Amino acid sequence: MTVGGWITMLLSVGFVTGFFAWCVYKVLVIKRPSEDFHGMDIDTRDTDSDD
Amino acid sequence: MRKTGSSEKWTSHVGVILAVAGSAVGLGNFLRFPGLAAQYGGGAFMIAYFISLLILGMPICWAEWTMGRYGGQNGFNSSPGIFQFITGRAGGRYLGVMSILIPVIIYMYYVYIEAWCLGYAVNFMIGDLDFPTKNVDAYSSFWAGFVGAGEDGSAVGFKYNQVGFYLIIVFILNFFIIYRGIARGIEFFCKYAMPALIVLGIIVLVRVLTLDSPIPDKPEQNIVNGLGYMWNPRDLSEQLLNPQLWLAASGQIFFSLSVGFGVIITYSSYLSNKDDIVLSSLSASSANEFCEVALGGMIIVPAAFMFLGQVGVKDQGTFDLGFKVLPLVFSKMPLGGLFGFIFFFLLFLAAMTSSLSMLQPGIAFFEEGLGLRRRQSVTLLGMITALGCMFIVYFSKDVKALDTVDFWIGTFMIFVLALIQTILFGWVLGVRKGWEEVHRGAAFRIPDFVKFVVKYISPLYLLGIFSLWVLFELFGWRPDTGEFIVTGYVADLLGSKDQAPNIVARMSVGMIVVVAVFLGMMISLAGKRWVNDGRNRRKEVSR
Repeated sequence: MTVGGWITMLLSVGFVTGFFAWCVYKVLVIKRPSEDFHGMDIDTRDTDSDD
Repeated sequence: MRKTGSSEKWTSHVGVILAVAGSAVGLGNFLRFPGLAAQYGGGAFMIAYFISLLILGMPICWAEWTMGRYGGQNGFNSSPGIFQFITGRAGGRYLGVMSILIPVIIYMYYVYIEAWCLGYAVNFMIGDLDFPTKNVDAYSSFWAGFVGAGEDGSAVGFKYNQVGFYLIIVFILNFFIIYRGIARGIEFFCKYAMPALIVLGIIVLVRVLTLDSPIPDKPEQNIVNGLGYMWNPRDLSEQLLNPQLWLAASGQIFFSLSVGFGVIITYSSYLSNKDDIVLSSLSASSANEFCEVALGGMIIVPAAFMFLGQVGVKDQGTFDLGFKVLPLVFSKMPLGGLFGFIFFFLLFLAAMTSSLSMLQPGIAFFEEGLGLRRRQSVTLLGMITALGCMFIVYFSKDVKALDTVDFWIGTFMIFVLALIQTILFGWVLGVRKGWEEVHRGAAFRIPDFVKFVVKYISPLYLLGIFSLWVLFELFGWRPDTGEFIVTGYVADLLGSKDQAPNIVARMSVGMIVVVAVFLGMMISLAGKRWVNDGRNRRKEVSR
């Protein structure tokens, strides 16, 4: 494996891994008020009385 | 205006991210990407790949997420409704034909490939893929028998080493999950399947990276040289001037992120205006990139190189690499049965999370446009996709029907829809309005220069790539000689001086046209309902 190969691999894999880790961190630490409003708000429409 | 959209919602931020990531992560991440990167010389390919991610992938992703959420907040969850609302014209709804047609048709053959993955996982588990003759011919022969590549109709079998049995299982499983709805079905499944997929990928990665030099009399076939074959830059400046490299890299980004499928726009329509779509889209894309580059890029080609050498890896197509070369590699590996099972089960999960996403656009439209209940819409879509799937499975010789449909829908039509969506976002909805919408509920802002990119650069870049694709793949342009040689897909339909038209290819395109006409008629009916309900005018719900 050449030096160029190591650089390409480390930069590519490092970038996508860092990007993914940063997003996971942000998703976990940022508080979203909308999550409090959601809940099991499901309507499969089969529960309608005329079904 | 009364808000009349579905009351279905995602129940968590993580759920929608995993569902969209699941939609994006598929077979292409693990089988197509590594082959392309190795073929175009590692470094050069990755430069074009990341440039395409920044100026094509992410801007179009943001555009789709934004238009979907904007439509959902104004009472529409189906693409025809969303496009009609954004354009403010009744005719706009017909653009939505493509965004239902694409996922529905792709589902018809994708579920067939999904069944291959499950079948291979089971056959590895029971030891049926551990042939005494360790050569690629044995595995090619198994694959041909399994999928019915030798003769039309031969795939329709229900033994453990035939695809029919697995096809029925995955078909029922997909529709059972989709019937349970957004939260209890798709979100619930993806919340477990996506982390499981990543863990399985890491297990196989560790196995491959610790193999060192598995064939004692070929010490040069070791892990470092395997990684070198994948990542070493070759002819960097020359490759960067090669238009086919840019076409391959941007095509990979484009298909890998699931932009232009009509899926993201439907998924995001179930979000509230307090959800952060900037972070959600980044997170889903980052999960896809991690699976593609850090897992797909580190496992498949190095593993194949270590056991088969350069000859075994060079110029292998997606199916050849995935279903002929890799099973041979696993069979030669210590504990190969176990790792073969893990790898193909990983592929099955990746395919499953993608195929689920292909059903939701159709379900959303049938419920919203035709007023069907969940049971009716699932039944109708089930019948349409089952008929299409039977056609593709029956005409299995040389996987002709699958290949033809994949070319015209899974490649050509996706370019067209993505181009339309980019123009709708940048020029019809407008970048100013789009920017306001994308940042509603966002924790941080996208840099302002991306506005210029999404309005001018992305459509032009996409148009350029699409034009190149048409030149190379339809007109058969050879840049070295300047000749135009009719390509196989065009010759299959129109014939050429060397080839008569192929009847299966013609019937495959005919099937696409029939489904498109049917959807067009359904959209017309939906339009009449929306007019009667007063939902045909562009009037925003106050937020």
